[in-house]
Amino acid sequence: MFAYYLDLALRSMKRNKALTALMVLAIALGIGASMTTLTVLHVLSGDPLPGKSQTLFAPQLDPQDMSGYRPEDEPPDQLAWIDGMNLLRAKRADHQVLMTGGTVPVQPAQSGMDAFYTDARYTTADFFPMFDVPLLYGRAWTAADDDGKARVVVITRMLNDKLFAGRDSTGQMLQLGDGAFRIIGVLGSWHPNPHFYDLNTGSFSNAEDVFLPLSTSRDLKLTRNGSMNCWSGHTEGQLETASCTWLQFWVQLDSLAKASAYKEYLTHYAQEQHALGRFQRPANVRLRDLMGWLDYQKVVPGDVRLQTWLAFGFLLVCLVNTVGLMLAKFLRRASELGVRRALGASKRALFAQLLVESGVIGLSGGIGGLLLACFGLWLVRQRPSNYASLAHLDMSMLLTTFLLAVGASLLAGLLPAWRACQVTPALQLKSN
Amino acid sequence: MTLHPILASLRKHKAGVVLIALQIALTLAIVCNAIFIIGQRIDRVNRPTGLDESNLFLVSQQWVGAPSGDDAAGVDKLDTMQLEDLAALRNLPDVASVVPINSLPLLNSSWNGALSLKPDDKKSFIRTTYYFADEQALSTLGLHLIAGRAFTAGDVQHQGMRDQRDPSIVIVTKAIADKAFPKGDAVGKVIYLNGGGKPVTIIGVIERLQVPATGSWVNDFAWNSMLIPARLNANFSRYAVRAKPGRLDAAMRAVTPALYKVNPLRVLDDDSVRSFAYIRQQAYEGDRGMAILMGIVCLILICVTAAGIVGLTSFWVGQRQRQIGVRRALGARKIDILHYFQLENLLIAGVGVMIGVLLAVGLNMWLMSHYEMTRIPLLYVLTGVLAMLALGQAAVFVPARRASNVPPVTATRAV
Repeated sequence: MFAYYLDLALRSMKRNKALTALMVLAIALGIGASMTTLTVLHVLSGDPLPGKSQTLFAPQLDPQDMSGYRPEDEPPDQLAWIDGMNLLRAKRADHQVLMTGGTVPVQPAQSGMDAFYTDARYTTADFFPMFDVPLLYGRAWTAADDDGKARVVVITRMLNDKLFAGRDSTGQMLQLGDGAFRIIGVLGSWHPNPHFYDLNTGSFSNAEDVFLPLSTSRDLKLTRNGSMNCWSGHTEGQLETASCTWLQFWVQLDSLAKASAYKEYLTHYAQEQHALGRFQRPANVRLRDLMGWLDYQKVVPGDVRLQTWLAFGFLLVCLVNTVGLMLAKFLRRASELGVRRALGASKRALFAQLLVESGVIGLSGGIGGLLLACFGLWLVRQRPSNYASLAHLDMSMLLTTFLLAVGASLLAGLLPAWRACQVTPALQLKSN
Repeated sequence: MTLHPILASLRKHKAGVVLIALQIALTLAIVCNAIFIIGQRIDRVNRPTGLDESNLFLVSQQWVGAPSGDDAAGVDKLDTMQLEDLAALRNLPDVASVVPINSLPLLNSSWNGALSLKPDDKKSFIRTTYYFADEQALSTLGLHLIAGRAFTAGDVQHQGMRDQRDPSIVIVTKAIADKAFPKGDAVGKVIYLNGGGKPVTIIGVIERLQVPATGSWVNDFAWNSMLIPARLNANFSRYAVRAKPGRLDAAMRAVTPALYKVNPLRVLDDDSVRSFAYIRQQAYEGDRGMAILMGIVCLILICVTAAGIVGLTSFWVGQRQRQIGVRRALGARKIDILHYFQLENLLIAGVGVMIGVLLAVGLNMWLMSHYEMTRIPLLYVLTGVLAMLALGQAAVFVPARRASNVPPVTATRAV
């Protein structure tokens, strides 16, 4: 029966080629546009550390003075050195890491290679176990290296390829500005997106090429970058004592009970600092988990959300358009359907036949939409925005596209098919 | 022609009529808002920075192995290096003038603060951005001084990057001057920076200078800029260069070798020498992309809707061949049949646009609550209404013409 319906559907579609093309094209455009934008949204709002992200939290404190104070304001996104160090040493979480970004001049020992600058991350040792950072060669540094301001460095695979042609470079020396560092580890492939642990250096930027202990970076006065927020001005030079927030701090808390205990600890810490006179504002702390943090930081650009809504509005218009055309088409064939009814076909059979026809149109539209979505994503990748290269269709989005296409067109076919099989056979036969 | 027969026949096609009206309404709502967004983006991209942007380019460079700039000796050494660079650049044949500066409009790298009229005032302040530059700032950037005087070489200090000392004199934009001193007598007045207590005298007012950031967070102080007569010393530096008219490319090519000649221990890469036109393009890339995308979507939407109207009306014409034949046989002229279908479309589209206006305003209100949007002007909606009605008429014309060509004899034949 299905084959027969399919044959009928194809015949009916052939009878009016322009109209069929219009319906298929409308669905294809709608699906293509919505899938392109949905894929971009999906990629941008993805979880950078699946399975781990719910145990990672970003504590926030408010160490600022009373200038411009409003009780409803959020605390700053970053920590000052003193608070960062206090929380780090308290070791109240399963893991904790304090860090900042920077830029270091790399002076290759190899002849024929010019010096160049590269992004670096100055961090404490827990960075590697906390964020599940894979190591290709060697090892990461330890808390003892942090305390000893060790001149050790972990580099990415990309930098290792560039400087050492991909060979195991652990044990070699690397000249970064005025300091000579011993390479102790080389990272495997690691591209957390978004660049969640420090959004100041670009939400979707690549991870840094060089990782070295925070204490060492301060010892050598390496250039730091990212955002810095200072208050009660006129503090000179020393970042360690300045009233500025400029460090990212993350903690790992393996259970909800630990998370609420840690939040309590943060509040106690803020109250204690207030009592000591260091904090002027009343205790105002936050403890967001990783995904909550990305949401709070509005990592997904507003324009991308807007485009997604626009695309779905577009799909809606395309569907309404297709429903209208299909309705007209089916009703036009009332006499033909009347004949089938008179010859004994049940309403259910007619309904099935018409649904097969709308399903074929939807499927063709879906395939067209998929091709258009691939083209759309290719266009997105050509754009210079920093997330452009991430826009790829993955398996789940491919499946979603297909379900969306067939589902949408079946939905679009339902009303016309139902209306059309309400024909009274006698009336249709008589009128001709 | 009376409406009665049209309404009677529409009642027979309820579903089709509702769908077309709905489609017109949705299209109107989306297209109105999309075009409004396009207009906003174009306005944003076209706002002048206050600079004379032609023949202007920016050099950003970093020294390798330079002092850190945390102590006075290091700062002095860095300043000497910067002065050497400036002298070399100013000596280039294609260069008109050079200014050392910490940032430029649209560069999205800024040093922001606040100014107040009373010392140690932490409550009421005006937000501002700081540009650190020397005496060649106005000529190099092409800024218009509208009151007071420019910096002289004697005014210019130098300081380390992290040294947050306040200057003693500044030049402010008209936006700041008007807000702080509405009487228009800002020159010679004293202000205080960042809630500090040191008096700072305004010596000049420039007409316009945009802040470096382009994000929406600077919307309330986008024109509040302040020039501070100082060179900032760090292990990197930026120089804004004005090339002689028509010599931009030559001047941009000459910069890298000239700087390497002064001191080879530095990093200058492809991105280090950028024309202002390029900086502008980079800054507004996202806005342009959004505007183009919205434009394409609008165009396709309008085409789909028009095609839908053509398709549905064609069906109705085909379905009513006999009735049209009867009307023609009873004496209706061709033009009457044409008008019948046009009026029918006008009715449907009329209902559609009425719902569409409500949807458009609703959509705008929803966008306002979720994104940075302003209220859509009525003019946009009215233009959209007229455009949709015209679109309906244009789309219905071809099938209606075909209907009017149905010969009266059809009435007597079986279909």
